[in-house]
Amino acid sequence: MDLQHTQSPAVQDYTPELRALLLDYTLQLADTSLILGHRLSEWCGHGPILEQDLAMANIALDLIGETRSLYQYAAELEGKGRSEDDLAYLREAVEYKNPLLVEQPNGDFAHTILRQFLFDGFHFFLLKDLQNSPDQRLAAIAAKAFKEASYHLKWSSEWVIRLGDGTEESKRRLQKAIANLWMFSGELFMMTDTEQQLAQAGIIPDYATLLPQWEAHVAKVFAEATLEVPQNVFMQKGGKTGRHSEHLGYILTELQYLQRAYPGLEW
Amino acid sequence: MTTEEKIWKLLEEVSDPEIPVLSILDLGVLRQVQVQEDGRVQVTITPTYSGCPAMNTIAADVKLKLLSKGFNNVAVDLQLSPAWTTDWLTPEGKRKLEEYGIAPPVEPNGDIHALFGRDPVVRCPRCHSENTKLISQFGSTSCKAHYQCEACLEPFDYFKCLK
Repeated sequence: MDLQHTQSPAVQDYTPELRALLLDYTLQLADTSLILGHRLSEWCGHGPILEQDLAMANIALDLIGETRSLYQYAAELEGKGRSEDDLAYLREAVEYKNPLLVEQPNGDFAHTILRQFLFDGFHFFLLKDLQNSPDQRLAAIAAKAFKEASYHLKWSSEWVIRLGDGTEESKRRLQKAIANLWMFSGELFMMTDTEQQLAQAGIIPDYATLLPQWEAHVAKVFAEATLEVPQNVFMQKGGKTGRHSEHLGYILTELQYLQRAYPGLEW
Repeated sequence: MTTEEKIWKLLEEVSDPEIPVLSILDLGVLRQVQVQEDGRVQVTITPTYSGCPAMNTIAADVKLKLLSKGFNNVAVDLQLSPAWTTDWLTPEGKRKLEEYGIAPPVEPNGDIHALFGRDPVVRCPRCHSENTKLISQFGSTSCKAHYQCEACLEPFDYFKCLK
């Protein structure tokens, strides 16, 4: 069943340049949610306890729902007859625009929680602002996803506190996760050329305004979790411009296997 | 009764596949019904959560229901904005939820934006005690959280606030 979205802004009224920028940005947001959603869904049936297994599956579902809305919009912006499925299943790793953080492996539960926490804070403050975008479609998708992202951030923040201020073992594992993952947090806020142009046009927020909000939230949660905020860490980058770590290829191999092996297969 | 009113009435019989006691009207998922001059029917629905897997089933059920009553040119559209909120659950819907064993959303202090704010007081749908505790923010479907009653020990679903 094909459900069509209503309220399409007049995509054809945009200049080709603006359309190309919006396409690039929408794909980047979609790829980010897809890859993180996929990573979380790898936990399904393997969670430490049933409730948290369900929580991760729920968050994965929210992210993949957001992904679908974004890919549908991207497909319209592109206007070449590709579908949301084509965009998810038939692009190469170098065409994916997600930041490196979300493709990092799950590791243990603490590792997954910290990756989620670093992302959720960024996602929350970005969506909060993006709801006011003059691009109606992005604004609508953001407004929907923002309500869900609020629950995600609450969940991951509480777990950072529980693990950080928990036992020696849980703290040690979370500290190890911080040592592994902090270097990927900076890329979330580094703006690509596309993002800079869209921010200048007033269509998306300037990420420099999001960073202090994120830092304040992280500092508050880390203080409560009795954890130190790392200082002067060299930040990795590349994912947002298609230069990925070795992990993305493995994710796509699994994610895209069926469509690659049986092109056009449908449920 | 206009044709549009008749269709609203008919769609009262389409239920949410995951919470069958609720109709799509009770849930606030049905947003608009428009009949065009050529008789084409345009029905607009909105998802509760972005990834709600029930939307395709609901759209199919809407079409089948209307087809069975002779409306054979029906289009179902999905509308994201304004985003669905638990405020759109009808009072009747909330009553049905509680009878079914799912605690309805608690108004109005479900402020999810106040991180680490106190969790709302949720009444046990079985024994009506307010001595309940949150087990997990995430339950059997996207729209529900998992609670347990400390009085009668019944575990139950809470239809969480989304504003």
